[in-house]
Amino acid sequence: MHFDDLVNGFPNLTTTGLTQGAIYALIALGYTLVYGVLRLINFAHSEVFMFGTFGAMWTWGWLGFGSTSGRPGLGTAIMLIALGLVVAAVVSGATAVVVELVAYRPLRRRNAPPLAFLITAIGASFVLMELMGAATGRIQFGMPPLLPSNPVINVGGWRITPLQLATFVVALVVMFALDTFVQKTRFGRGIRAVAQDANTAALMGVNKGKVIALVFLLGGLLAGVAAVFHNMKTGNTRFNVGFLIGLKAFAAAVLGGIGNLRGALVGGLLLGLVESYGSALFGSNWTNVIAFVVLVVLLMFRPTGLLGESLGRARA
Amino acid sequence: MLLELDNVTLHYGRIQALHGISLHVDEGEVVALIGANGAGKSTTMRAISGLRPVSGGRIRFAGADITNLRADLRTVRGICQSPEGRGIFPGMTVRENLDMGAYSRRDTAEIAKDLERVLTLFPRLRERIRQPGGTLSGGEQQMLAVGRALMSRPKLLLLDEPSMGLAPMLIQQIFSIITEINEQGTTVLVVEQNAQQALSRAHRAYVMETGHIVKEGPGRALLTDPAVKEAYLGVA
Ligand SMILES: Nc1ncnc2c1ncn2[C@@H]1O[C@H](COP(=O)(O)OP(=O)(O)O)[C@@H](O)[C@H]1O
Ligand SMILES: [Mg+2]
Repeated sequence: MHFDDLVNGFPNLTTTGLTQGAIYALIALGYTLVYGVLRLINFAHSEVFMFGTFGAMWTWGWLGFGSTSGRPGLGTAIMLIALGLVVAAVVSGATAVVVELVAYRPLRRRNAPPLAFLITAIGASFVLMELMGAATGRIQFGMPPLLPSNPVINVGGWRITPLQLATFVVALVVMFALDTFVQKTRFGRGIRAVAQDANTAALMGVNKGKVIALVFLLGGLLAGVAAVFHNMKTGNTRFNVGFLIGLKAFAAAVLGGIGNLRGALVGGLLLGLVESYGSALFGSNWTNVIAFVVLVVLLMFRPTGLLGESLGRARA
Repeated sequence: MLLELDNVTLHYGRIQALHGISLHVDEGEVVALIGANGAGKSTTMRAISGLRPVSGGRIRFAGADITNLRADLRTVRGICQSPEGRGIFPGMTVRENLDMGAYSRRDTAEIAKDLERVLTLFPRLRERIRQPGGTLSGGEQQMLAVGRALMSRPKLLLLDEPSMGLAPMLIQQIFSIITEINEQGTTVLVVEQNAQQALSRAHRAYVMETGHIVKEGPGRALLTDPAVKEAYLGVA
């Protein structure tokens, strides 16, 4: 135990934790949206994220910014990030919709039991991962640093890098937009109606198939955004990059209360913080263990997560 | 003929719930469907609204065959069902629940008029407009369910036991509103346990027993039919 590391590093550990947590939260929303409407854990969501990392990486490489390039100017960097966000969101969104149409919809048409969906989800995850593995030779791809590394804030040892700031701000803006969409628009009402009572929603004229496709699309778009910031943080990606981070984001969704949009945000940030503090305290090898111990302990006391389920339940 | 069921059968797995139901509803009518618990009234409603696929027979609505049409598309065509158990969206406010009724409509100005009309029919809903549907009393939920169905401006309104669980005064009120809605031009098919009320309000009625239609006739005639009296009106 290194209490002094935790105490001395507390401000920076907090910043690191919140940044990683924002990425978890973006991915967690994809699990939570699909679960809220279908009661299905879409394990292929980790691969939806992974496809997004490749989409952005290839876009940058195609524009001449590969692993050996130097850091571009700030204007160019912002343009590359914006373009990366669009491409990754489209790639991940499309992947998610394809998974729904090819893997899950045929099962629903046949009224398959829940276990068939679960096995299909795991299978779809492996298929996507191995497809990308085969296409890319299972190697790791590097990316150039895009944003400057000198901190935008530096007060008495507490530093925030441009990347951390951008990650946090963009993630919050995107999540706020999603929340507004679900709470205020007609399509958003359709999503909540199917989540709360699918049969009655059909009686109101809601096309369930369309709502389900929309939910996969939204989750995919957010995973694409997360993919770009993950790329910039780690500077590389490979075909199996989604596995661990997908598992963590799923844990974050459960932590906050799966099916609850705001719960995904709370769960993601909390998981990021716990990991960050935990790795200072016990060493970074224990990061994953700590994360899941906290999850299990919390679920013992609050079986439905911190905020409970809401997309499908009583309180919005 | 607005709605016509021709020899409709329906199965739940291996159990047959409807054994060849034939009935019709004409434009402008209030038609009642009565029968004991488990007779198949709600199942008939589900066949009409499309919540359960039929295993045989045809369903026609406004001149078109809708036997295999998806439920949400039947709503778009003008059939709206207020389901058994009310089906209020618990996490949505009263206003959002009413908006759900108008989900398939785009004529904003007309929707606003219908909202005003529903809130005038059910002043209680206006008082509770921002309250989550799940926190309403049973009677208020029933009003919300009927009001929400009206928001779709249906050609045919299907009501499954609108009086269930209501105090006698509220039952009177709900049936008065059904009559009022009908006089404003909506055709109504209503399922009821409360046969007395249903038969005295309906133009025509059907009596169901174990998945069959066993009697049909004008509401007031059935009200004085000895067999119906004994079985459903609690008079020997
Ligand atoms: N979801 C279901 N699965 C299996 N059997 C059902 C289902 N719903 C209704 N039934 C059966 O179908 C018959 C008719 O039920 P229902 O239509 O609900 O009757 P009613 O509305 O007249 O009381 C009953 O025997 C009931 O047990
Ligand atoms: Mg019933």
